[in-house]
Amino acid sequence: MYYTVLELTQENVEGGRNLKNAKGKFVDLDTKKLDREKIDELDEYIDSLEDQKGSLIHILHKGQSLFGYLPENLQIYISRKIDIPAAKVNGVVSFYSFFTQEPRGKHTISICMGTACFVNGSDKIFNELKRELNVENNKMTEDGLFTLKDIRCVGACGLAPVVMVDDQVYGHVKVSDVSEIIKKYREED
Amino acid sequence: MSIIKLSINGMEVEVQKGTTILEAAKKVGVHIPTLCHLNLEGFGIVNQVASCRACVVEVEGRNTLVPSCSEKVTEGMVVKTDSARSITGRRMAVELLLSNHPKECLTCAKNLECELQALSQDLGIREIKWEGEKMDYPLDKSSFSLVKDPNKCIMCRRCETMCNDVQTVGVLSAINRGFDTFVGPAFNLDMDNTACTFCGQCVAVCPTGALTETNDVGRVWRALHSSEKHVIVQVAPAIRVAIGEMFGMEAGSVTTGQLAASLRRLGFDGIFDTDFAADLTIMEEASELVHRIKHGGRLPMLTSCCPAWVKFFEHQFPDMLDIPSSCKSPQIMMGTVMKTYYAEKKGIDPRDIVVVSIMPCLAKKAEAARPELTKDYNNNVDLVLTTREYGAMLKEAGILFNQLPESDFDSLLGESTGAAVIFGTTGGVIEAAVRTAYEWITGEELENVEFHQLRGLEGIREATVNIGDLKLNIGIAHGLGNARKMLEDIRDGKSQYHAIEIMACPGGCIGGGGQPYHHGDMDIIRKRQEAIYKEDRSKVRRKSHENTAVLKLYEDYLGEPYGHKSHELLHTYYIPREKI
Repeated sequence: MYYTVLELTQENVEGGRNLKNAKGKFVDLDTKKLDREKIDELDEYIDSLEDQKGSLIHILHKGQSLFGYLPENLQIYISRKIDIPAAKVNGVVSFYSFFTQEPRGKHTISICMGTACFVNGSDKIFNELKRELNVENNKMTEDGLFTLKDIRCVGACGLAPVVMVDDQVYGHVKVSDVSEIIKKYREED
Repeated sequence: MSIIKLSINGMEVEVQKGTTILEAAKKVGVHIPTLCHLNLEGFGIVNQVASCRACVVEVEGRNTLVPSCSEKVTEGMVVKTDSARSITGRRMAVELLLSNHPKECLTCAKNLECELQALSQDLGIREIKWEGEKMDYPLDKSSFSLVKDPNKCIMCRRCETMCNDVQTVGVLSAINRGFDTFVGPAFNLDMDNTACTFCGQCVAVCPTGALTETNDVGRVWRALHSSEKHVIVQVAPAIRVAIGEMFGMEAGSVTTGQLAASLRRLGFDGIFDTDFAADLTIMEEASELVHRIKHGGRLPMLTSCCPAWVKFFEHQFPDMLDIPSSCKSPQIMMGTVMKTYYAEKKGIDPRDIVVVSIMPCLAKKAEAARPELTKDYNNNVDLVLTTREYGAMLKEAGILFNQLPESDFDSLLGESTGAAVIFGTTGGVIEAAVRTAYEWITGEELENVEFHQLRGLEGIREATVNIGDLKLNIGIAHGLGNARKMLEDIRDGKSQYHAIEIMACPGGCIGGGGQPYHHGDMDIIRKRQEAIYKEDRSKVRRKSHENTAVLKLYEDYLGEPYGHKSHELLHTYYIPREKI
């Protein structure tokens, strides 16, 4: 068992296996599973940069726009491509709230938890959203339609509490409005 | 350089521009407590992130308290380190850290060595005023070498500095943001699943119990108390110049005699010295070097005594595995000889022998568990203790180390030369190899065995030694970041060396991750180095090939150095590994 998982054998050379994390879950680091066309486009972008190591955040943005999110194997891929430790890449990805390591649904439902929204009961709406969608914060629903996300002030405090679905802002939202809003997007689909 | 004048607690101070308030205060004898700050003077290692706020002071005209460890002085600055605001601010910073810290001091591995504990004592904290949310992470006990307890982490980032900037291993980073931040590998992988070399330098500088060694003391006690097992022990060269510190002795005390005596008191069945195997290593390594030079083999040859270094190049330079010497490390050579030659001589079944090592090192624990270093499903080395663990064991047994009468190691595997002792410091392995290679290549006796051009504590050193007609170019690096530079030069074809010695820890094994904590005082490392050379000078024999017990081992058992049996028992191979 000792070390063997990390031996650089032919099949492991590009990842190719799952490694256990501290919570006992397995992380898939197989870079071969990444979509080849998207990787080619990412490579082209990275190769065009003069200072690759200094452009980590730009590269991550590009990766996220291509893949929709930044899965672990993509982070490993980028880490090796520009020779920055994977821990550093993961540190940056997990620090900035714009980056996501979870796949995103077709629509992102954001609930403002800023001060004005919070004192107007956004926590209750948040709970209702979780219940109605049957999903935890920052996760995608099983049907892949929605991702639920709590955010800080969106600058529309006069409309508190505020829910956003993609770019559409809903103001003065009440708990009873939640199912209506969700229904609309479900029917669209 | 321009001079800045400022006032600290009403005293006028003149310092160079660019000085921090902390350094300026030190000049006038004003102590400002620090926690995250780390400056390993003379080694170029600085952690200056100002994250803990334990060193904040009041500066006139400033709205907020400033961190003295990172704030540079300015002309006419008026600093008050002892005002009510300063003192309250510092105490509050520490109280807030304590509000999210497990109250396990009594049973913590770092008890009495913890800098957070010492600081809260210095600041007179008698209650933790705030009971807030607490971190709740699982412990990482995945490796053979170290335990990571993120709940005790205070985000000082010292480990990150060591892992990334000094060692360039790049395994530890802050992950997530705000209260959810923890320090760990990418994707919170188990440490054992990463490119961690287990050098233990993160453990050496961790101010709290967030990073500690795996504790194997209990397993050693059980072995000692078992009547069926023949329990024998080996001690590494760097232990004898460091362990005294744990018993109130001056740093740099040479305690070889007490060390042997203490092992005898604990009841080991055989007390041996890894120095014997260091001499044996030189027989093999110098032979390999001479062989490579004479037969146009791969040069430079790199030493392979340091297991953290071995794992480093396996992960970071998997394309260059033909460069290091194929010699096993002294620890493993010793274990091998114990389970074969010694077992045969004593007529004991190797399966009934338990080999315990006492090492200045955390990586030695992981090394002993490497599958290719076992023979017939039998570990060469069964249990590894750090210097600290061994010291703790002696305290448990009530052995007053500093008062012990001196004793000797047992014969058969106990003899050693000065060349073996210097394995404990950077530059020592290569100097030992040169002493032997010189005589073997020239056939002449080496008059002066001391090669001062190979000594010192600079991170990268180089020297040319004339051996007859051969000008032997030697490189030395300690600290893995320095080793990386050497390897990159080799890869780029820029290197002109014949032989390179590498040790992972700053200073070599004297600064190992398993040694008594230096708490940032690098004079301790310098004194340990002086002690190593002092021990070398005290030896009658100072060249490895003059070790009569080693020569007898070849005569009775191994045959020729670098011969068939040696290859079978004393050499190994390396495995390319991934970089994560």
